[in-house]
Amino acid sequence: MRIVLTQADVQRALTRIAHEILESNRGAENLLLLGIPTRGTVLAKRIAAVIHRIEPSAPAELAGSLDVTMYRDDLSRSGIRMPSPTEIPASIDGRTVVLVDDVLYSGRTIRSAFDALSDLGRARAVRLAVLVDRGHREFPIRADFVGKNLPSAASERINVRLSETDGVEDHVSIEGGVE
Amino acid sequence: MRHLLSTRELARDEAIALLDIAEDMAAVQHREVKKLPTLRGKTVVNLFFEDSTRTRISFEAAAKRLSADVINFSAKGSSVSKGESLKDTAQTLQAMGADGVVIRHPSSGAPYTLATSGWIDAGVVNAGDGTHEHPTQALLDAFTMRSRLHGAASRGRGLDGVRVVIVGDILHSRVARSNVWLLATLGAEVTLVAPPTLVPVDTGGWPASVVFDLDEALASGPDVVMMLRIQAERMHGAFFPNSREYARTWGLDDARFSQLPTATMVMHPGPMNRGLEISALAADSAQSTVREQVANGVSVRMAALYLLLSSERGEA
Repeated sequence: MRIVLTQADVQRALTRIAHEILESNRGAENLLLLGIPTRGTVLAKRIAAVIHRIEPSAPAELAGSLDVTMYRDDLSRSGIRMPSPTEIPASIDGRTVVLVDDVLYSGRTIRSAFDALSDLGRARAVRLAVLVDRGHREFPIRADFVGKNLPSAASERINVRLSETDGVEDHVSIEGGVE
Repeated sequence: MRHLLSTRELARDEAIALLDIAEDMAAVQHREVKKLPTLRGKTVVNLFFEDSTRTRISFEAAAKRLSADVINFSAKGSSVSKGESLKDTAQTLQAMGADGVVIRHPSSGAPYTLATSGWIDAGVVNAGDGTHEHPTQALLDAFTMRSRLHGAASRGRGLDGVRVVIVGDILHSRVARSNVWLLATLGAEVTLVAPPTLVPVDTGGWPASVVFDLDEALASGPDVVMMLRIQAERMHGAFFPNSREYARTWGLDDARFSQLPTATMVMHPGPMNRGLEISALAADSAQSTVREQVANGVSVRMAALYLLLSSERGEA
C-alpha cells in the first residue's frame, strides 16, 4: 500500500477546489454543493466550509447530499445496496449544482446522479468536483474540478479515508495491482 | 433477502435495515417526481385470493413508484373459480416472467408453499395468509411507531422498551401474530388483550403477555394501543355475546380513550368498525395514526420490493 495524498494534501486540494468553484461561478451566488454518499457528502461539507471562510456572504445552506443508489444501472449485478439519505437544503431549480465525489472511475455513479438530479428539478448548470480522478471512464464524463489525477491500473484499488467517516487521519492510498 | 414470508424469521438487523430503506422511500413521496427507476423492466404480480382493497392498492402503488410493471390478479372471475390449483396458477405466472409475486391467500402457509415448492423463481411477498402472518402490516406499524417516537432521528433504531398493547381478536389475527414477533425482535414489550374465547389455546411460545382485562392493561399508560378489527367474516362461532357487549368490554370507547396519556398512540390496521372496537373520537384524534399507517404502508412495501427484487435473483 502506498500513500498518495496525506492529510495536508487533501486539505490543500479541497481549498484549491473551493477557490476554483468560486472563480468559475463568479462568487457563491446560486451555488449548491451536493455530495454523493458517503464520502462525497463529507467532502461537500468541507468545501462548503472553506467557501464560507472565503466568502462570508455565501448562502448558509450550501451543502447537501444526493443518494444515487436507486438510479444505478448496475443494481442487478451487485448484491443489495443500502441507500443513504438524500438531503437537498434548497431547491435546485435555477442553481449551479456542483456534484462532489471522492473517486471518479467509470463515471457510472455520476451518470446515475444526472438521473437523480433531473427528478429533483432543473439545475441551471451541473458541475463535477472529485478528490481523485483515476481514469478508466466508461461514459463521456469529465470532472471540472479535480484534487489529484491518479492514473491507475484497473487491478489497483484506490482507498480514500476521511476522519468523519473512517475514524482515521485523512489520506488516499493505492494498493494491489501488478507492477 | 429472497422472500418476505413472515416476521418471525426476520433478524433484528434485517428488520431495521428494511425500516431504514423505507425512510428513504418515504422521502421520495414528498418530492414532485414520486417515482424511482429502480425496478424498471421487472414485473410484479399481485396475486389476491382474498378480498382486499388497501393492501392491494398499497402494493400496486409501491411497485409502480419503483417503475415495475404490475399485473393484478384476483381469484374472483379468474380460472381459479374454475378450479385451477395454486401450482398451475404459479406456473402460469412463471411462464409470463414474473419477477415478484405478492400473494394473499385464505390458507395459512400458501405463500410458503409458493416460495419453497420450486414452481417459480420469483421473490414472494406474503400479503396475508389465513390466520398466520401479514409481515408488511407489522413492518409499517413498527415504522409508524418509530417515526412518531423518534422523528428524523429514527434511522438505525429499534423499538426498545416501547410498551405496546394489542387489543381484539388475537385468535384470527395475522396482523397480531406478525406484530408480536416483529415488535419483540425490535425490543418492544407486547401485551395482548382479548376475550378468552379470542385468544389461541397456547400462547406460551409467544414473546408477549396475555391479559383479559382492557382497563387493567390501559391503566399502566402504554406507549401504543393497537385496536384490531373484529372480522365479521370470521365470527362463525359464539366468541362473544353480541357486538354491544364487545364494544363495552373490549372497545376503545370515549371514556377509555380520555383516560389515556396524551402521548399514547392509537393504531388500527383498518378497515375500522367505528363504534365497535374503536370510537370515532379515538379514531379521528391527533393520537390516531391510522392515516399515517396507510401512507407509511407504501414506503415500507417499496423497501420490501427493493430488497427482494433489485439484485440478481438466485444468490443471496
